[in-house]
Amino acid sequence: MTEAIRADALVKTFGRARALDGLDLTVQAGEVHGFLGPNGAGKSTTIRILLGLLRADAGTARLLGGDPWRDATDLHRRLAYVPGDVTLWPNLSGGEVIDLLGRLRGGLDAKRRAELLERFDLDPTKKARTYSKGNRQKVALVAAMASDVELLIFDEPTSGLDPLMEEVFRQVVREEQRRGNRTVLLSSHILSEVEVLCDRVTIIRAGRAVETGTLAEMRHLTRTSIQADLATPVDGLGSLTGVHDLHTDNGTVRFDVDNAELDAVLRRLAAAGVRSLTSQPPTLEELFLRHYDGHAAATEVAK
Amino acid sequence: MSTFTGTRALARLALRLDRVRLTVWVLGLSVMPMGTAANYFKLYPTQADLEAVRGVLSNPSLVAMEGPLYGVSIGGLTAWKIGVTEFILVGLMSLLTVVRHTRTEEETGRLELLRATVIGRYAPLSAALLVTTLANVLIALLTALGLMATGLPVAGSVAFGLATGLVGLLFAGVAAAAAQLTESARAASGIAGAVLGGTYLLRAVGDTGPTWLSWLAPTGWGLALRPYAHERWWVAALFLVFAALFTAAGYALSDRRDVGAGLVPPRPGPAAGSPALRSPLALAWRLQRGLLLAWCVALALTGAVMGGAAHGIAGLESPSQQLTDVLERMGGSGALTDAFLAAIYGIIGMLAAAYTIQATLRLRQEEASGRVEALLSTPVGRVRWAAGHLVFALLGTALLLALAGVTGGLVYGAQSHDVGGQVARLLGAAMVQLPAAWVLAGLGVALLGLAPRLSTLTWAALIVSVLLFELGALFGLNQYLLDLTPFAHVPKLPGEAFTIVPILWLTLVAVLLGAAGLAGLRRRDMPVT
Repeated sequence: MTEAIRADALVKTFGRARALDGLDLTVQAGEVHGFLGPNGAGKSTTIRILLGLLRADAGTARLLGGDPWRDATDLHRRLAYVPGDVTLWPNLSGGEVIDLLGRLRGGLDAKRRAELLERFDLDPTKKARTYSKGNRQKVALVAAMASDVELLIFDEPTSGLDPLMEEVFRQVVREEQRRGNRTVLLSSHILSEVEVLCDRVTIIRAGRAVETGTLAEMRHLTRTSIQADLATPVDGLGSLTGVHDLHTDNGTVRFDVDNAELDAVLRRLAAAGVRSLTSQPPTLEELFLRHYDGHAAATEVAK
Repeated sequence: MSTFTGTRALARLALRLDRVRLTVWVLGLSVMPMGTAANYFKLYPTQADLEAVRGVLSNPSLVAMEGPLYGVSIGGLTAWKIGVTEFILVGLMSLLTVVRHTRTEEETGRLELLRATVIGRYAPLSAALLVTTLANVLIALLTALGLMATGLPVAGSVAFGLATGLVGLLFAGVAAAAAQLTESARAASGIAGAVLGGTYLLRAVGDTGPTWLSWLAPTGWGLALRPYAHERWWVAALFLVFAALFTAAGYALSDRRDVGAGLVPPRPGPAAGSPALRSPLALAWRLQRGLLLAWCVALALTGAVMGGAAHGIAGLESPSQQLTDVLERMGGSGALTDAFLAAIYGIIGMLAAAYTIQATLRLRQEEASGRVEALLSTPVGRVRWAAGHLVFALLGTALLLALAGVTGGLVYGAQSHDVGGQVARLLGAAMVQLPAAWVLAGLGVALLGLAPRLSTLTWAALIVSVLLFELGALFGLNQYLLDLTPFAHVPKLPGEAFTIVPILWLTLVAVLLGAAGLAGLRRRDMPVT
C-alpha cells in the first residue's frame, strides 16, 4: 500500500454552508504531508471525515486501506489524532488522560511517554482543569506520539505552544517519522512549520485543494529573490520575461524571477560580471499569498 | 473604577442570554398558584365543602408531603397545596440562574474575556444577583396579582407572592456563596441543590414531629408566613436576614480567591492512570461517581425520613373517606398508610428519574464540550462510548431506588416491628418505579441520537410528569393526557396488586427509544455542538 490517505471529490455541507466543495487529498505512506489553509478553509472538516466522525455528503475517502466511516474503530487502532482545540476531563490529571487515551489505542510505550513528558516539560500530576491551552495540547501530543501507530493526524498542533515547544514538536515529528516510517498528516496555517517538516503539501481554500505537490514542485511554480552586485549595468533587465519588482541602486540589483526563467536571467547577469550574488528560495508564504489574495489572506499570513 | 463597575452591562447580557429560559420560569411559577386556586373554587364551591376536608388535611402524611394546613379557606388550601412545590421550584430557578452567570461563566473561561474589560471585581456576582432578584420580584408580583384575580383576599395573595419571591432570594444567596467554593459549576449547583433538598426533608420531619426543625427550613418559612391564615409578616424579615447573610458570605468569599479558582486549591492528581483506567466504562465511572454518590445519600435519607413519617399515619384513628380520596388523587390507593407510601414512592421515582436524566445527558455534555472527539478517534465506537455512561443511568437508578426502598423499609419496619416484611414491601414499591425512569433515559438517548441540540427537553418531560402528578387530578385533566407520563402506569405499591404488564410495556418503550437513539447516534455527525 502506498497511499495512506486518499480523498476524492469530498463534499460536506452544514446547513447552507458548504464546508468542503470537491476536495481531493492524497497522502503517501511514510511521508509528512502538510495540509495548509486559513481558518475555515475546511481542514478540520476533512480530518473529521477521515476519522469517521463526520459523514461526507459526496465523494469517497480511504484511510489506511479502509473506509473511514464503516471501519472507524478498526482503523483507529492504527492511528493517533490530536484535535486542534484539545479539551480534557477537568477532574483527571494529565498523566491519567495520557494513559487512558494510550490504552484505548492499544497500549503505549512507557519509556517514550516519560521521555516526551520530559522534553515537553509537562507536569502530569496537574488536574486537566488547571492546564493552559498549550499544556492541554501537550497532553494530547504526548498521548499520540507515545502510541505505536502507523498514522499520526495533527490538526494545528502547535497553535498553543511557545516557540521552544514548537521546536521540540518539530524534532519529535522528525524522529517519529524516522523511527517507524510513519505517515503524518499535519494541518496548519503556519507556513514555516509546514516548510520545515513536510515532504509534500496540499493547499486548500474554501473547501477545495488548490495546489498539491512536493515542496520542490511548489517552488518551481514560484519565484526566487535575487540580489546581485554587478560590475557593469545590465540594460533591459526589467523587460526580460519572468523578472518582477526590479530595483536598481548603484550597481546593485534586486528582483524576483520566475523559476522557469531563472537560467536565462542568470546568464544575462553573468555576462555583465557578477561581484556577489545572494538568492533566496521562494517561501510558501509567497505561494500562500498568491492563492489567498485579498484582506483575509493578508491577516492570515500575518500570524 | 469601583468594584461594581460594569454590573449593569453584565446584567443586560445575562438577561439577553436567559430571555427565553427566565420568561418560561417566571410565567410558569406565576400561573401555577393561580390555576390551583381557580380549580379549588370549582371543587369546593361552599364553605361547607371546605369544612368537610378540614380534619383530613391535618393528617401527618399529607403534612409531611405538603406542609401543615393553616386556614380552611380556598386561599389556605391553595397555599397548602401548591406552596411547597412552588417554593422548591423558585429556589431551583434562583440557584441555577446565579450559578449559570457566575461559576459557569468562570469555568468556561468566558468570564476571563469579560474581566479584562472595564468590569469591577464584584460586577459578575452582582449582575447575577440583580437578574435573579428581578426574576423573583416579577414572580412575586405576578403570583400575587394572579391569586387576587381569582378572587382571593389581597393580604393572603400578597403574602404568598412575597413568600415565593423571598424563598427565591434566599436561594440566590445560598448559590452566591456556593459558587465561590468550588471550581466546577456542577459542584456549585450540587451544593446549593443539596441545601434545597435538605430543607425539604427537614421541613417534612419538622412538620410532623419536632416543630423546631421546620424553622431550620426556608421552604417551611414560606408556609410559616401563613398566607390566608392571619399572615405573620415578621417571617419575611427572617428571609431577608438570611438572604443577606448568605449573599454577604458570597461576596466575602469571592474576595479570598482568584478568578477561576475555588476556595479549596486543587490537589495534584496521579502522574499515571491507574491500571483500571483503560475503557470507556472506567472513564464514565470517574466522571459519574460523584453524582451517583451524592444521589445515593439524598435518596437514602429521603427514604428513611418518609418511612418515619409513614408510621404517624398508622396511629391515626378511623381515617375518613375524604383522606383516602385525597391520597388516591395523589397516586396512592388501598389502606391509608399504604396509600401514603405509594404516593411517596411515586415521588421518589421521579426524584430518581432526575438522576437518570442527569447521568444520561452527561453524554451530551461530553459531546458539546468537544471531549468526545479525542475519545472517538481511538478504537472506541460510539455505542460503546454511550454504553459506558448509560450503565450508570440505568443501573445507578436501580441502586438509588433500592436504597430508598431499603432505608424506608428499615425505618418504617423498625417502628412497626416488622423489619423484614416492610423492607421487602417497600423495596418492591421503589423498584417498580425503575422502568418509568428508564423511559426517560430512553427519551434522552433518542433525542441525543436524533436531535442532539434538543436533548435538554428530556428535563421538560420530567417536569411535565411532576406537574401532572401534583395537579393533574385536581385540574380534572383527561386520563389520556395523564397516561402520557410513564409514572402514571407504575403499579401503586404497596397496596395495589402487582401487575407485570405495565412494567413490561414501560421497559419495552424504554428499549425502543434507546435503540432508536443509538441507531441515530451511529449515523449522525459527531460532534454536533
